[in-house]
Amino acid sequence: MTKVFSIGTGLVTPLGSTVTSVLEAIREGRSKQYFSRNGFTGHSFFENIALEAAQKAISGIEITPKTGFILSTAKGNVEFIGREDISLALSARRIADALGVKTTPIVVSNACISGVAAMLQGMRMIRSGAFDKVIVVGAEVQSPFIETGFDCLKAISPEPCRPFDKDRQGLNLGEAAAAMVLCADEGPWEIVDGVIRNDANHISGPSRTGEGSFKCLRYVLESLAKEDRLSFVSVHGTATPYNDEMEAIALDRAGLSHVPVCALKGYFGHTMGAAGLVEVIVCMGAHDMGFIPASKGFGELGVSRPVNISAQERPASGNAIIKLLSGFGGVNGALLLRKGGSL
Amino acid sequence: MKMVSIASGTDLTALYRKLVGNYPKFFKMDTLSKLGFLLAEMLVADDSDRFTEREDRAVLIFSRRGCLANDLNYAKSMEDFPSPSLFVYTLPNTVAGEIAIRNKYQGETGAFLLEGYDRPQIDEIVHQVFQDRITRDAIVAWIDCPSETEWTAQAWIVSK
Repeated sequence: MTKVFSIGTGLVTPLGSTVTSVLEAIREGRSKQYFSRNGFTGHSFFENIALEAAQKAISGIEITPKTGFILSTAKGNVEFIGREDISLALSARRIADALGVKTTPIVVSNACISGVAAMLQGMRMIRSGAFDKVIVVGAEVQSPFIETGFDCLKAISPEPCRPFDKDRQGLNLGEAAAAMVLCADEGPWEIVDGVIRNDANHISGPSRTGEGSFKCLRYVLESLAKEDRLSFVSVHGTATPYNDEMEAIALDRAGLSHVPVCALKGYFGHTMGAAGLVEVIVCMGAHDMGFIPASKGFGELGVSRPVNISAQERPASGNAIIKLLSGFGGVNGALLLRKGGSL
Repeated sequence: MKMVSIASGTDLTALYRKLVGNYPKFFKMDTLSKLGFLLAEMLVADDSDRFTEREDRAVLIFSRRGCLANDLNYAKSMEDFPSPSLFVYTLPNTVAGEIAIRNKYQGETGAFLLEGYDRPQIDEIVHQVFQDRITRDAIVAWIDCPSETEWTAQAWIVSK
């Protein structure tokens, strides 16, 4: 089977707009969820940050007639609702055109697993042989539409979020854009496998048995080679009571309760359609520098199963990472990433 | 290949009573989800092993506008009192979740938004989704709702 690699990444986050500066902020324990829009004079801030992230990712990479484009977002330009056509496909077209992409863009909008779903779709597009590169961009900006929605669902924490902590009170929303270029040649990280599974249980709450996330973990673990060593699992870790409990059960059922996990929402908040890409890029960058990021906000374990999570940075000692996400609509997704080259 | 559709403006409550009748959650759904739910009913009503958990069937929703008709309803509710029951339908993949819950499909579900109905592009994406090692077939739907009273809605089942 064709191997698929990440050959370029781009980050635009309130914490920084390079992988290096974001990793530095994480090591210093800083957090910031919202951008300042001071000085922004364009029309769509959402499309602006998405394009900026994509431009960083394709820097030095040639766009060919067989380069595909995927936009990952939950709500895109929803801040303009009622005032203009905010169909997500229109945003994707404008961003793809600005990049010079010649193929027809697609939007993956699969709630909070959109980022993982989009990277999985990109991997499949390369493997299909019809595309030589795929640009995957995830972006989300916040507005009262999303804020009031999560608020009326009582999912928002009044304090900085505390993933997996016994006193966690919910999530913080966040804004970010992130992009990755996939291709079949060679690259520092391989996208080995990916999967999406539905809980078939509830549209706005996770399965109490972690069914979908467990199935996702089981599926990607099949692609872990004998010589691979799993460094850590980057969990969804929204810090809502139900999500973190569900993930703890899924990790335990998959035999991963001893494997280090890290939860990154304490730095960025929940960036929804951007989360999968942001967190994967941060995890790859941290691993390249030899560390597992500290799970900011975590203090004392507050789930019913053992989870190997830490408020401290730890050394990364392996060659593979699993990214796990869950979202509304009962969706769960996982990706298996392997550091390129020899172990 | 079995193909089903629901004509624009059809009385969905009447269709639900004719096809199902004992699934009150239907009435909570937005138009997009109602359409997807009913299309799936029309496709799988005769399945011999219906309502047994399965992981080998994907549910893939394609649309231009996704859930924008319901998004407008939620935005209107914000002016008064934001409605959680409307907010949970402000994602285009929720309809796939409703079909999965109804039929106990624990496989892949997803929503793809395109600039317009493009069957070759849909077929290409479905074919790519079939790279999943467990998926054997997929319920594929094109549902697009410019408003809650006008739509295009069709669905079919594709085998790997």
